Amino acid sequence: MAILEINQLSKRFGGLLAVNDVSFQVEPGQIKAVIGPNGAGKTTLFNMISGTFPATSGSVTFQGQALKKKKPFQVATLGMARTFQNIKMFSGMTALENVMVGRHVQSNAGFLSSMFRMPWTWKEERDIRDKSLELLALLEIEEYAHTDASSLAFGQQRAVELARALALEPSLLLLDEPAAGLNIYETAEVGRLITKIRELGVTVLLVEHDMSLVMDISDEIVVLCFGEKIAEDIPKNIQQDPEVIKIYLGEE
Amino acid sequence: MKKLLSVLPLLAVVIGIHLLTSATDTMYYLTQMTMSAYYSLLIIGLCVLMGYAGQISLGHAGFFAIGGYLSAALTTHSLIAYKDTALVTFLDSMGMLMSGHDLYGEALLVVSPWVACIVAVCTAAGIAVIIGIPVLKLKGHYLAMATLGFGIIIYRVALALEYFGEADGISEVPAFVLLPGLSVSGDFSNRVQNYYIAWGLLLIGMVLLLNLIDSRVGRALRGIHGSDEAADAMGVNTSRFKLQTFVLSAVFAAIAGVFLTHYNGGIGPSEAGVMKSVRYVAIVAVGGMAHLWGALLMGIVLNFLSLRGVFGSYDDAVFGLILIVIMLFAPNGILSLNIRYRLKQLLGRGKSDKEGEA
Repeated sequence: MAILEINQLSKRFGGLLAVNDVSFQVEPGQIKAVIGPNGAGKTTLFNMISGTFPATSGSVTFQGQALKKKKPFQVATLGMARTFQNIKMFSGMTALENVMVGRHVQSNAGFLSSMFRMPWTWKEERDIRDKSLELLALLEIEEYAHTDASSLAFGQQRAVELARALALEPSLLLLDEPAAGLNIYETAEVGRLITKIRELGVTVLLVEHDMSLVMDISDEIVVLCFGEKIAEDIPKNIQQDPEVIKIYLGEE
Repeated sequence: MKKLLSVLPLLAVVIGIHLLTSATDTMYYLTQMTMSAYYSLLIIGLCVLMGYAGQISLGHAGFFAIGGYLSAALTTHSLIAYKDTALVTFLDSMGMLMSGHDLYGEALLVVSPWVACIVAVCTAAGIAVIIGIPVLKLKGHYLAMATLGFGIIIYRVALALEYFGEADGISEVPAFVLLPGLSVSGDFSNRVQNYYIAWGLLLIGMVLLLNLIDSRVGRALRGIHGSDEAADAMGVNTSRFKLQTFVLSAVFAAIAGVFLTHYNGGIGPSEAGVMKSVRYVAIVAVGGMAHLWGALLMGIVLNFLSLRGVFGSYDDAVFGLILIVIMLFAPNGILSLNIRYRLKQLLGRGKSDKEGEA
């Protein structure tokens, strides 16, 4: 069964139909990419999946559960983590603390038990720290654990953001333009990290502008243009699809 | 445990001040130190709301006043006229009432301070929930204005209701006996005791808030401050956390109000005034917003100076000026000026000059 089912999803902003009747599925363990030129509706699609705003029509089903009217924090609790196109670090917090916030849904301490340091929170706190350090090591940035996250280089911030999302122990990871703002070396590095994440058993759905990254790592690609799905196939076929070539390279 | 250790030096300072004043025969300073401690209890609560959860409130004098006024009214208005009603008989049989005599020797039957304290603090918490749910949906200027509106309402209610003594406020509030032999009152013989009660309460509050900040909840709050949207995506129920912090800070303010009112033996409408709220915000800003120790230090120093009358008739003006200067020159608080670093830099420069000469 598909882990994520997008069914005839549409979004209208006033007179603009940003996403028009898009359907596709993501299978468990896949890396699936959504590509398309600027303004194709990629981020709008993402925001509907993660609950940032509701769809005008259509449905999103995650692990058999309809996400209608679920807020982002509820979607996160169900096991869907995301990153942002313009990295949103928690400023004033170290890289480690950023990742530790990601453990939120995997822990329980509330206001009173935190204020009074109830004994059962001690172990939880230790687990949060250990697991977060583990993830920083996995993404090869453990040396920056105690550095203010917003002072790190862009590529490193991207890695912190990935670690933070993985800290939720998601079954599906949404990546909104993970290569945005990165140079070609950093992009290749992020590509390597994403394949590493897939090996953990996490399904990945990414929206991306950078064709080289998408072609390298994706199992399947969905192409959007002006809010409509125009193709869905494996990378090799997408590269040869005349319609895709037309929108990316223009007509002769 | 570490948090407990970190307040130990402060405890030493508290005892040191007591010994110093007793040695120099200036024990009267302890009165203002006691009052400053209660105001600082409100300020550290506000600091968590503003600095860590990133939500401003220009209405916290309102919560202070709800605590102070309710406990004052309940412990002074005699219920003797209603002595035979079922409710009063029931409360009396539950031990929730206290009898005594007023100045003219007339018999009084009032709510006991413990019960009044709990009622006052719970009411403040309840009002914080009711106000917080709609208001915390707002951000920045809009939130500031809405909380300001709340503060103004509480101020006018205090001025308008006969139950709250209108412009005169409430006086002759009885002592709050915490334990036998331990009571919150302005009685001179109790001055030292009250100094330690106030500071004990402040230290407990400080430990609780330091614990909170360094926990799952504290990280989530700082996350909300850093990026609301990202915290949401991490599964943090941001509106609920903001509300809980708002209520927590209101509870701190109300407890401060209850205790200070019993200590002063009364409360007046100026405690509910908007200028008080502005003052609290100014002090948190001077302390560095997200800096509990800074807020505590500035809360003590500035309140102490103000209560000693150092600023004279310009009291409120001084806090206005502080707000301007801090926003212009040290938006991250006075401690962020990092005096040690600057000194080092100065000394370092001196050294390199010498080397140049050599």
